[in-house]
Amino acid sequence: MAEVITADLVDLDLEAGDRHEATRKLAERLVAAGRVTDLDGFLADVRAREAQMPTGIEGGIGIPHARSAHVTEPTLGFGRTAAGVDFGADDGPAHLIFLIAAPEGGGSEHMTILASLARRLVHVSFREALLAAPDQQAVVDLVHKEVLGR
Amino acid sequence: MKIVAVTSCPTGIAHTYMAAEALEEAAKDAGHEIKVETQGAAGAEPLAAEDIAAADAVVFAADVDVRNRERFAGKPLVQTSVKRAINNAGSVLAELEAAAARGPAPAAAGPVAESAPAPATKVDQQAHFGIRLRQWLMTGVSYMIPFVAAGGILIALAFLFGGAEVATKVNGGTFQSVKYAGVTDLSKLVAQAGYAGLLFKIGATSFAMLVPILSGFIAYAMADRPGLVPGIVSGLLASAIGAGFLGGLIGGLIAGAVVIAIKRVKVPRAVAGIMPVVVIPLVSTLIVGGLMIVVVGQPIAAAQRGMTNWLNGLGGTNAILLGILLGLMMAFDMGGPVNKVAYTFGLAGLASGNLKVMAAVMAAGMTPPIGLALATVVRPKLFTRAERVAGEAAWLLGASFITEGAIPFAAGDPIRVIPSLMVGSAVTGALSMAFGATSRAPHGGLWVIGLIGRPLLYVVAIVVGILVTSVCVIAAKSIGRRVPAEGEAEEAVVPRAAPAAS
Repeated sequence: MAEVITADLVDLDLEAGDRHEATRKLAERLVAAGRVTDLDGFLADVRAREAQMPTGIEGGIGIPHARSAHVTEPTLGFGRTAAGVDFGADDGPAHLIFLIAAPEGGGSEHMTILASLARRLVHVSFREALLAAPDQQAVVDLVHKEVLGR
Repeated sequence: MKIVAVTSCPTGIAHTYMAAEALEEAAKDAGHEIKVETQGAAGAEPLAAEDIAAADAVVFAADVDVRNRERFAGKPLVQTSVKRAINNAGSVLAELEAAAARGPAPAAAGPVAESAPAPATKVDQQAHFGIRLRQWLMTGVSYMIPFVAAGGILIALAFLFGGAEVATKVNGGTFQSVKYAGVTDLSKLVAQAGYAGLLFKIGATSFAMLVPILSGFIAYAMADRPGLVPGIVSGLLASAIGAGFLGGLIGGLIAGAVVIAIKRVKVPRAVAGIMPVVVIPLVSTLIVGGLMIVVVGQPIAAAQRGMTNWLNGLGGTNAILLGILLGLMMAFDMGGPVNKVAYTFGLAGLASGNLKVMAAVMAAGMTPPIGLALATVVRPKLFTRAERVAGEAAWLLGASFITEGAIPFAAGDPIRVIPSLMVGSAVTGALSMAFGATSRAPHGGLWVIGLIGRPLLYVVAIVVGILVTSVCVIAAKSIGRRVPAEGEAEEAVVPRAAPAAS
């Protein structure tokens, strides 16, 4: 089983005008890493989820996500943006953006990792550490430590 | 406070778990114990039954339907969105504390309130009038059903062993030109009417309680304990007048309303102590009894007689139409109020000697669970694992005329399942009426087949309905995209490459 996140899936200086552009830029990294097979198909799936209800939550977080047939491995793409991108949260734009890509009908072992990742996002300490992370590898290490306990 | 919660969101990979974590953290901070069931893509770990039983209150943080929500029936509940649980779990818990303080059931009234737990009612005091009216009636019906089951089956057995004349032997009268004196001294019951007569007498006594229990517990649901006396008395009077179920229903409602009105009257302190024990029962029973005898009893009795005559006069096409209607009603909500109306109609027919309606109602109530059980065997891939397990139990539930066995399927996919069930039950109801099958038993399903008139054709009617139900369910589930319930995804059929947000 591949790692959920690697350094090349992290963008610490994400520049995007809106949430679709932010999602696309992160998704392109997933495509480059071979984890998403069809960029437009995957983005359509993410947008379908986003259309049901915006995925922004308070505390400056956006979580575009989908279970999609175009995903090969459960994957987390991470973007940080100083300017902020609106993800529909009540308290303003998101500065931490997590693109969660899950394969259609993925095994429950994979899903458990994504579930525990989602649980960590609620914790302020985790968010603050991500905001302060100095480089891409630091983000990867942080996720590994917090989510996988290693 | 002990809390149980369910979190659930459309995709089941992010918000479900964030809401769970946020609720757990907030509960820890506030000093509550919480157990959360995450109905997400990683598979739901169901809450233990004992945790639910021990819980003081329930939170649903869900943007989609909570599965198996009937497990939490009767608990103080706060429903909210997953987002609110994530963003502001503290306020959700504060709301929950307030809900728990109000409590789920009406508090016992007056100074006679005892420590003994009051019988449960299904009444939510905050609901709209229409919903509360339904809850009052359902409370009455739910207390009545065991009397129906016990009394009805005993009577049916009495006919089975003692022949059709057993009723006349016990009650007296003329049956097929033979005159029976009737049993006036119960110590001579067995000598005069045999053990079949004994069964009949016990069953008839239980059956005689139907209307008083119905009206008594309708009034109880409305007005708590003080409603019980005027409610039961109004039911007994309704029976005596010949106003039957309808009379009992209206009598119970009047009794509840009268007690509520009396409780509003401000009385001096000295009198307050004897209000619940003496004054309220006395005054309310006098008023309600008077109304029943003088005002409402006779018109209702006339209406009841009219209905009975109409039923008995029904033949041919009209009877089949009635069978279809009753079948549709039986399957519509599987044990809910519409189902109970049809069932009560069957009981009323039974009480007035029309056995065909009862047969049609019972047959139509058996097909939904069995039809679904059959479908899970024929096309297992159309069903989630939980549904296939429910299917195994549904055979027995259906054969025992417990229509509720279909609920797990209908809850998960009502748009496809319920119409399919209604079609099958309508077919069975119509066939049962067309065949002229009869049932002396008010309950029991296939186990009382010995009490069914034209049993072979009756079974044919049921089997045809089962097949129709099964075919309709399979067809409906095959049409369009069937999205398996989250958490079952890993072993259910995966649809075409569609957005996974289910």
